[in-house]
Amino acid sequence: MLIDISDKAIDPWQWLARAQAQLISSGALKQHRFGASANFIGTMRDFNDDQTIQAMELVHYPSMTKKELENILHEALTKHAILQAAITHRIGKVSPSDTLVVVAVWSAHRNAAFEACREIMEALKHRAPFWKKEHTDKGARWVAKNTQG
Amino acid sequence: MSIKVLIFASLSEQLGLSETELAADNLHTAQDVWNGISQQTADAAVRVAINQEYAQFSSAVKSGDEVAFFPPVTGG
Repeated sequence: MLIDISDKAIDPWQWLARAQAQLISSGALKQHRFGASANFIGTMRDFNDDQTIQAMELVHYPSMTKKELENILHEALTKHAILQAAITHRIGKVSPSDTLVVVAVWSAHRNAAFEACREIMEALKHRAPFWKKEHTDKGARWVAKNTQG
Repeated sequence: MSIKVLIFASLSEQLGLSETELAADNLHTAQDVWNGISQQTADAAVRVAINQEYAQFSSAVKSGDEVAFFPPVTGG
């Protein structure tokens, strides 16, 4: 598995290419054995609850974030017929259109990749200790809960 | 001998506290730790973690533990 937490802008396409290359070069993912990869890219919107969002801060609980993301990927690797999984998540100050999260899963066949990618993302939303503070034209506010999906 | 306490995000702003150490004497559960940092009952949504693992307010704590309180997570 591969987990990155970044306080710098994430280019999702470069990150996906680098993650796959790194997993292959380390031997964690065998070339020619995966026939499917599913990816989720989360991007910052400029609206939430009918308000314009100018910027956002993402804070986290560093030592627990790493543990919990490892738990989530470990559970997915145990439950689904997937070969590898990776996550990168942004922290710090972000602006609309910035990439906030990327989840990547590799498997022999598509079904396991699709299902695991979705489950990893949902688990991350509900368990990984990150919090968002939005900056609107009416001031700053903490995001109280996740959207329905 | 003490317990390290961390508070995050909106809860940290509400309590005016992000990190503290409490003497471990007489602290048996996460609820006891909460009572050591706030006189108010914790909102039902407040989550607790002991040594970076999700726990319950009734979970046991001991000297050297790291106990964290935080609001519902909103990453991704």
